Amino acid sequence: MATRILIPTPLRPFTDKKDAVEAEGTTVGELLADLTTKHPGLKAHLYNAEGKLRSFVNIYVNDEDIRYLQKEQTTISPGDTVSIIPSVAGGAPAAEAPAALPELTKDDFKRYSRHLILPEVGVEGQRKLKAAKILCIGAGGLGSPVALYLAAAGVGTIGIVDFDVVDFSNLQRQILHTTNDVGRSKLDSAKDKLLAINPGINVVLHNAALSSENALEIFKPYDIVVDGTDNFPTRYLVNDACVILGKPNAYGSIFRFEGQASVFATKEGPCYRCLYPEPPPPGLVPSCAEGGVLGVLPGVMGCIQATETIKLIIGAGEPLIGRFLIFDALKMKFRELKLRKDPDCPVCGTHPTVTKLIDYEEFCGVHAAEEPVSGTTTEITSVDLKKRLDRGDVLTIVDVREPHEYEINKIGGSRLIPLGDIPKRYVELDPSDEIVVQCKSGGRSAKAADFLRSKGFTKVLNLTGGILDWIDKVDPSQPKY
Amino acid sequence: MPETGKQTLLVDAKIDGEIRRHGEETYPHECCGALVGSGNRVTATVALPNTTEEGPRRRFMVRPSDYRVAEQKASEIGGDLLGFYHSHPDHPARPSQYDLDHAWPTFAYIIVAVAAGQSAAMTVWYLKEDRSAFDEGELNGN
Repeated sequence: MATRILIPTPLRPFTDKKDAVEAEGTTVGELLADLTTKHPGLKAHLYNAEGKLRSFVNIYVNDEDIRYLQKEQTTISPGDTVSIIPSVAGGAPAAEAPAALPELTKDDFKRYSRHLILPEVGVEGQRKLKAAKILCIGAGGLGSPVALYLAAAGVGTIGIVDFDVVDFSNLQRQILHTTNDVGRSKLDSAKDKLLAINPGINVVLHNAALSSENALEIFKPYDIVVDGTDNFPTRYLVNDACVILGKPNAYGSIFRFEGQASVFATKEGPCYRCLYPEPPPPGLVPSCAEGGVLGVLPGVMGCIQATETIKLIIGAGEPLIGRFLIFDALKMKFRELKLRKDPDCPVCGTHPTVTKLIDYEEFCGVHAAEEPVSGTTTEITSVDLKKRLDRGDVLTIVDVREPHEYEINKIGGSRLIPLGDIPKRYVELDPSDEIVVQCKSGGRSAKAADFLRSKGFTKVLNLTGGILDWIDKVDPSQPKY
Repeated sequence: MPETGKQTLLVDAKIDGEIRRHGEETYPHECCGALVGSGNRVTATVALPNTTEEGPRRRFMVRPSDYRVAEQKASEIGGDLLGFYHSHPDHPARPSQYDLDHAWPTFAYIIVAVAAGQSAAMTVWYLKEDRSAFDEGELNGN
């Protein structure tokens, strides 16, 4: 079946000056292949070095651009007319941006062969990955799989912000780090692992606690930020800095058996504040250190963040923009919520009120909740508690943690009333007794103490630093978690 | 194709003025338009909208639909589409790598430099058949 192809003026020298020629094929791809076999001079002008149609070459079947049909797989019916229509583009020399993509080396072709044969990635996509600069906030549970997979995928520059050292309690999920790394800086440990996987990439270390003072400067050189933080102040900070700088935020978070993921702060999509304009009251949402987390969960969520990051870089598929993914590992179910950009959002709305970075600790009310009020009689240290117990003082020690935590370690003689049960079980306690409340590190017990005082208990002391401090200073024989 | 030396494009004072004026009007953004005529003589210009999404200060883009408009105009006045013109605001009238990457063969590409709102040098360029570079042509006012 011969199909008529209309040839634009600049290509007519290659078709014997004819403005229409005929070629055979059942799809646009076949048709063009036949056309360039019959008129080989056309090839260099229609296709680039990688054999893809040039971006300024438009192929229409009748009046439809094949980009909106099935591209080169668009089928041709008898009687169809195919037109090659130029877009004409150019620009001033100072605009050499977007900078030329780096070339792939011989080794790159071997290493990335499974990417290169995916039409959605191909040579061009792999070159985009090589050119990409991605910043991981944190080299912990989420940051580990993100950085490992981005390194393996050939992302040219991976920056990591962290200031922590590797602890035994990290190893259950932070797969960047090994037992031998305990005590080392997470950044050094991460760099070793990433370069071991892929020595061809550039790993940039930012040894700092991310803050309003340094965030914009750290973010600036990067294309996409991957948020793997474990606390609200940093999460809002990352969001706001991404909105201000116009950089997408591949977001993920984890708690116990549940994970969340989305892509925030793109030009067209919502940001984290469109979803959560205000942080939760301090202490309401426990951290992973308090509430626990399934070790493999950050693996699942981090891989989703890495996938979204790669999709953004190569421009493939449907990004998780305006969609909020919730994963339940126990039920093994994904749910998806639609998110809309909030026109009244204080950061990304039409009339933003937050145009520079603020004090996020204050915004999230962290100071008030976490800083123990020292020098008052509402707190007691582990050492003082031990002294008083040894002296024979009668103290009621109330452990407000969960039963499974209580199984791991406890202060001898303490009684267990989980924080959530306090409102209905506080009547079991005698307001005239001297009570010491205690949890893992002092946050939950401070809330229990406040509650008891509000019910008329006057002699309530909070154990500063919780059982962790007790084990450190008084009873090192017990395990920590 | 030129037999010897530079390819010449004939652009009279009226056409020259139209291109310059368009470049000054859209400054500091780039202007773009089509060149219509026959043989190597430009007899009309067709001003086209700059539809680039990459910032019109440094880029221009003629959509396929506007390309069709230009071809239609050419056939209405019994001429051919000879090429396109665009401006380089505050930059010399020399083609960029970006111009080269997006160029079509046989078309004449006129570039007019517009410095601080005033049109300056005007040049014409033709893509080499192997796409490796542009050959500079000669603008002749006859």
